[in-house]
Amino acid sequence: MDDLLSILNGLHPEVDYETEDGLIDSGILDSFDIVTLVTEIQDTFDVTLDASDIVPENFNSAGAIFALIEKKQEEDA
Amino acid sequence: MQRTNVLSYLEDNIASCSEKLSFCSVERQMTFQEVYDESRSIGSFLCKKGYSGEPVVVFMPKRPETITAFFGVIYSGNFYVPIDSEMPDFRIRLILKNLSPRVIITDGETLPEVEKCEFTGDILLYDEISKNGEDSETLQMVREKQLDTDPIYVVFTSGSTGIPKGVIANHRSVIDYVENLSEELNFSSETIFGSQTPLYFDACLKELYPTLKFGACTWLIPKSLFSFPIKLVEFLNEHRINTICWVVSALTMISSMKTFDKVVPQYLTNIAFGSEVFPIKQFELWRNALPNASFTNLYGPTEATGMSCFFHVDKDRHFEADEPIPIGRPFKNTEILLLSEDGKLVKDGETGEICIRGTCLTLGYYNDYQRTDEVFVQNPLNNRYHELIYRTGDLGKLNEKGELIFISRKDYQIKHMGHRIELSEIEVIANEYDGIGMSAATYDKEKGKITLFYQGEAEVKDVILFLKAHLPRYMLPNRTVKLEKLPFTANGKIDRKTLMDM
Repeated sequence: MDDLLSILNGLHPEVDYETEDGLIDSGILDSFDIVTLVTEIQDTFDVTLDASDIVPENFNSAGAIFALIEKKQEEDA
Repeated sequence: MQRTNVLSYLEDNIASCSEKLSFCSVERQMTFQEVYDESRSIGSFLCKKGYSGEPVVVFMPKRPETITAFFGVIYSGNFYVPIDSEMPDFRIRLILKNLSPRVIITDGETLPEVEKCEFTGDILLYDEISKNGEDSETLQMVREKQLDTDPIYVVFTSGSTGIPKGVIANHRSVIDYVENLSEELNFSSETIFGSQTPLYFDACLKELYPTLKFGACTWLIPKSLFSFPIKLVEFLNEHRINTICWVVSALTMISSMKTFDKVVPQYLTNIAFGSEVFPIKQFELWRNALPNASFTNLYGPTEATGMSCFFHVDKDRHFEADEPIPIGRPFKNTEILLLSEDGKLVKDGETGEICIRGTCLTLGYYNDYQRTDEVFVQNPLNNRYHELIYRTGDLGKLNEKGELIFISRKDYQIKHMGHRIELSEIEVIANEYDGIGMSAATYDKEKGKITLFYQGEAEVKDVILFLKAHLPRYMLPNRTVKLEKLPFTANGKIDRKTLMDM
């Protein structure tokens, strides 16, 4: 989770990721961020995300993103 | 009759297309008649207020109404300058300082942003100026005075000194572009565009004026969809979009996520791309998913109005993994000169600077003769009369088939997610921050990643926030790194090679 938070803080240090659950719905993460985030997640966590993973509900909060990463890691294991 | 005004595209079609959809967003779909009536109302209003031959800032979100406001400004004999709330206040102020505009058109959503700019001129609301009806006599008088050499827009592009440059295009350069682009890409009245690019760059010309010329249709795709590939393709299918002119990164976003395993664009037959190198692996994914579509690579600088060169990718043309797709050849009525450092034509196969000659040349940079004269120069091959060429700063060569290939930049300008950026502009801005002693920006082409390195006491977090307040979204570094000391080469320059590996 710390690795993920450091990626997210590199994008938007002003956001409180503990509580924020509208990263997409409130327009905090834009398409530039998503592209960066997907690349960083794939590099850092050694998972492969595909189109069906890249949906708004998976990116609305740090918790949701982390759950996606864990799910992918289990699938790949 | 010779075409001398871009609005004649709209007027030629209005009788036959009045009820047809022209520019559409999810919120509003405008018919040609609505675009015609509202733009003429705006034009009449601006005339009545006494604005003439001057910049009119259009500060609105990406909407059909914004495009209509552009046309309204042209109707009034002025030229439009698109500004978007994506731009930070700091940059907007620089742009307003360069233009000294007397009037801004905005709407309810962007009005608060306009008010933050401390603008003292006239602020007009779209809804209040677009429904007043037209004053045909005044519009006719403006038209009779308009020349095809008069400007129609100014768009701002990154400048290496930290001050953006406003490129001014006129009727003539836009008409030349629209005619030749439409012919090569086979646009027609059946064309349904899916527009990806923001309205504050010249990239949107590809959709705007051909839509008028053919009575075609343009869907403005919500920006948020470019984060979510499946939803994006579903949008293309829902609106039967058959033609897209996108930056490469928008296309690779779809193909690299294995989207085509789930959903394929059903109506798409015409795909143009540009502004960046298309990685062959990603290109092949597109070609396999849409074997019957035509693919065209486009190349050109804003200074020569939209795009200057095109290359239709042949169905059975094979590319090696590291081979660039050629940028091909110039449009009709445009010439590319490959010039050596000493201003001579290079030999076939040798590398030279891509220089452009023709009606496509814009009028240079607004209120900036110095920077204009640095790149809009006398054709060195002609010493008999005045003839300007534009020096792009791009290096190119002809391959053995005689096709033009883009090689690299002469300087630190990069293309990132389809946007043209001077890395030094990022550094100049970063160096203005108190806690930064020195900085260097690098670009990793493979990963499409801008990294800013700096030395100084500043915290990374604060630097990021400062950059956000001063740079447009597309110029923000993807990574910001604080170093004890920046590395230097033996002759005292920042060692960018070492930084690239960090």
